[in-house]
Amino acid sequence: MSEEMFPEPEWLSEEVKTGTTIIAVTFDGGVVLGSDSRVSAGEAVVNRVMNKLSPLHDKIYCALSGSAADAQTIAEIVNYQLDVHSIEVEDDPLVCSAATLVKNISYKYKEELSAHLIVAGWDRKKGGQVYATLSGLLTSQPFAIGGSGSFYINGFVDAEYRKNMTKRECQEFVVNALTLAMGRDGSSGGVAYVVTIDKDGAEEKCVLGNELPKFFDE
Amino acid sequence: MALSNVLEPAVSGFNFENSTRNIVLENGSEEGKIKAPTPMKTGTTIAGVVYKDGVVLGADTRATSDEVVADKMCAKIHYIAPNIYCCGAGTAADTEKTTDMLSSNLTIFSMNSGRNPRVVMAVNILQDMLFRYRGMIGAHIILGGVDCTGSHLYTVGPYGSIDKVPYLAMGSGKLPAMGILEDRFKGNMDLEEAKALVSDAIHAGIMSDLGSGNNIDLCVITKEGVDYIRPHRESIYNYKRQAKYKYKPGTTPVLTKSVNQLELELVHETVQMMETAGSS
Repeated sequence: MSEEMFPEPEWLSEEVKTGTTIIAVTFDGGVVLGSDSRVSAGEAVVNRVMNKLSPLHDKIYCALSGSAADAQTIAEIVNYQLDVHSIEVEDDPLVCSAATLVKNISYKYKEELSAHLIVAGWDRKKGGQVYATLSGLLTSQPFAIGGSGSFYINGFVDAEYRKNMTKRECQEFVVNALTLAMGRDGSSGGVAYVVTIDKDGAEEKCVLGNELPKFFDE
Repeated sequence: MALSNVLEPAVSGFNFENSTRNIVLENGSEEGKIKAPTPMKTGTTIAGVVYKDGVVLGADTRATSDEVVADKMCAKIHYIAPNIYCCGAGTAADTEKTTDMLSSNLTIFSMNSGRNPRVVMAVNILQDMLFRYRGMIGAHIILGGVDCTGSHLYTVGPYGSIDKVPYLAMGSGKLPAMGILEDRFKGNMDLEEAKALVSDAIHAGIMSDLGSGNNIDLCVITKEGVDYIRPHRESIYNYKRQAKYKYKPGTTPVLTKSVNQLELELVHETVQMMETAGSS
């Protein structure tokens, strides 16, 4: 019988993080968002099938990364605020409005929250747009990547992104980027979730682990 | 917006007062740093599975206080609503209190609105409460139930993150339990298969984790009602006391005896009449 107290595993008290890869890319007529599905608490995987692409409105989605609790809560709050806003203006909200709402929360509670959301969607005014809102900045970009796995694919996306891709090419680009990041980052993995948003609405797809493309994996 | 504040009005926005207070206390004043007290954990294995007709929740029954087993028949599956039960792991006091508050709030809600609560509502209230306290409430909770929209199983972490999955395990024994669940879980199982799976998962946690042990409790929730099976499987190590620990008077010999009279002096005496007849 052991005399000393058994040491408690660290992941019991660790905050649940979404060490992640998230990516959002515009194409002519809409946007494609992608994410992995791994949620970790320290070294343990808490959920291997989490969908990190969260709807803020019919044609606006956001991709979550950082602390799971903080990111989920920000997404819920902005979802509620956007609903109220779209009822008040009696029209679909602009992607810029959604991104501004996320940016407001991220900036105001910058010290206390640790979550990074990428907001992307389609609206009638400017078509497909992607906004990065890291720590309270707001910038519109043709594509954005985030999360711990994004560091491994910075070179890849810079080299491979082309303007005016078709919807198909954009989806393949996103899946390739996610696969490469999941292959190199320990905190990303599982399946790939892909959401395509255009003027007709949002289409969600899940690419299972064995359907992902192979890159020199032998 | 938050219904967990039926009993007291909510302050809008995030409230980090407690976090800043804790940081100030821990970093210390001139007298020295104040160490936050370490809470007592229940070292646990809890698991849940969604099957064809509902949800099966399971838990072990050991509560430890450091290395001593404090309670061999602790009940870790708590009542939330007639159709919703939850298992709690983490700090014992936190899980008890949080589930009690959740249950009270949901009861008030059902009385106010005349509706049975939905599982997603319990999850939202729990998440609100835990997120507001920034992880200071050490409650890892598995919530399961059946409502008009179907059978649901959720887990809420201490920082307020939610995961909705068809099967999961929590607590210090979650890794071995998760291994069993990952191996044998199938969609749309029938009742006996689901009960066997949860029971085996908890058993794996009991065998491989020092903080879990003793009996296995199960709770089966369906549209028709709840079957709380306590215990479902008893530990084979049932200690029966070998002898009686009562000693007859005269067992211990008396060597000497001395009696000291206490000198008491009556100082003051008052009499107060009680009104026994009620006012008419």
